[in-house]
Amino acid sequence: MNDLVQVRNKTTSVFDVDIIRQDFPVLGTMAYNKKLVYFDNAATSQKPSSVINKLTSYYNEYNANIHRGVHFLSRKATDAYDNVRTLAAKFVNASTEKEIIFVRGTTEAINLVASTFGKMKVGEGDEVLITGMEHHSNIVPWQMLCEEKRAKLRVVPISEKGEIHLEEFKSLITDRTKFISIVHTSNSLGTVNPVKEMIRIAREKNIPVMIDAAQAVVHENVDVQDLDCDFLAFSSHKMLGPTGVGVLYGKMKHLEDMPPYQGGGEMIHSVSFEKTSYNEVPHKFEAGTPNIADVIAFGEAINYYNKLDRDAAFLHEKELVKYALKRLQEIEGVKIIGQASERTSLVSFIVRGLNAFDIGMYLDTQGVAVRTGHHCTEPVMDRMQIPGTVRASFMFYNTKEEIEIFIEALKKAIKLLNK
Amino acid sequence: MVQSENMNGLATIENDIVEEFTLFDDWEQKYEYIIELGQKLPELNQVYKKDEYKIKGCQSSVWLNSYEENGRIFYEADSDSTFVKGEIAMLIRVLSGQKAEDIVNAELGFIDRIGLRQHLAMTRANGLAAMIKQMKLYALAFHAQKS
Repeated sequence: MNDLVQVRNKTTSVFDVDIIRQDFPVLGTMAYNKKLVYFDNAATSQKPSSVINKLTSYYNEYNANIHRGVHFLSRKATDAYDNVRTLAAKFVNASTEKEIIFVRGTTEAINLVASTFGKMKVGEGDEVLITGMEHHSNIVPWQMLCEEKRAKLRVVPISEKGEIHLEEFKSLITDRTKFISIVHTSNSLGTVNPVKEMIRIAREKNIPVMIDAAQAVVHENVDVQDLDCDFLAFSSHKMLGPTGVGVLYGKMKHLEDMPPYQGGGEMIHSVSFEKTSYNEVPHKFEAGTPNIADVIAFGEAINYYNKLDRDAAFLHEKELVKYALKRLQEIEGVKIIGQASERTSLVSFIVRGLNAFDIGMYLDTQGVAVRTGHHCTEPVMDRMQIPGTVRASFMFYNTKEEIEIFIEALKKAIKLLNK
Repeated sequence: MVQSENMNGLATIENDIVEEFTLFDDWEQKYEYIIELGQKLPELNQVYKKDEYKIKGCQSSVWLNSYEENGRIFYEADSDSTFVKGEIAMLIRVLSGQKAEDIVNAELGFIDRIGLRQHLAMTRANGLAAMIKQMKLYALAFHAQKS
């Protein structure tokens, strides 16, 4: 932690979004001769030059396979790769870097836990508990597990505002509940769940909890020891890093107990045709040559967050969403979907009588990038009785001026589509 | 591109559409025109707005009714998206009333030529790509039945 504190103390300057934006080359893009307004950050964030340059420098200067080479390049690549594990551990305050497993992304992390730990713990007649606002990636792996084990998937309902009531959560925990997997921050409603309290409740009954933190680590400091979660997953590409990399955090005792996920090179200790013994954690879970380049560049994304005045950046994001909500509510026919009191920097909405896709396409003609549809959370849309929403999601590099462009474009879309 | 005689009708209409689109300078104008087409698309009879006629996409859905009359295939369709309705209007203009064989063989190059291929690909979700497949399947089934 000392490094981090030092780095943070160095950046005492005021949060200046214009200077920040210069770090992100793509933000200067023109879309159809209009200034690009990128509000699809919850799908994937843009990347700073430092991350992009790291990818190139890895390939230019020290591309080699890791952990087994005896040569100069391999050692350099191995050091760089292993260093990111330490960075990632500090980023979420894991107690040791061994608790960090590199995966392809949040989806793979959840699948890994479901098909190793899940298979170990969940049996016939048992229950797995999730919430009604999960992304499909935190539904389907558990559904598959439950189907295989003849277990039951139970779902904590969400309110009209898009919140979970702790009483309902509590009431759904039974003697058969063997695992709980919950989303920290909803990608379609923007709700920030009281995960710490939920974990505490689960802890009373000794039920392991996994947190999908894909949308959370981007906009707030997440501390796995403070949360006391058993597993936590997040993706590099949503937090300034490359695609194809993610992190599964797991408590050491679980990771040691769990069987491997995939077999192959790297994950073994020794192999013969009679018997194979497995490598230690975390390598046990990282079969084959990993995504070396992207992991190394992901380290640069973490460095970017470490150097950033995070408190100021997160405050700026909160101001952006507050401003967007205010401006949207001034427009007749706009209905905000997801009105949780604790929310992240995204806003989902519909416009009375209009199709979200049509609105999104018009915004695109104006250079404004949003996401439309069900955002891989169909059950949320069913609950809200709508086919989909328009979602604008903000990052610290966005501005109020961009929100103005978006609002003006939206007004034009409504006028045009209501003709 | 050489077109056989019986493809003429279809190809001519495609060329007409492409020519109409040359009037537009940018994506915004194309969008507005497609929305206009969508707003003018005749309403589909409610009896066809049922699940059995529905092609579900994750962005929008399409309802499609196909029928044959005097050896030619006709289509009528609707969507919950006006933009998709606009695209439907163009597809109906090209394909409806053509011979089954021509529909099966139609490459629908106009989609590419008017610069809509990327939008179609991007929105694999919007039910339209599936609708084209469905239109062709109906024609193929009819053609196979006939021969």
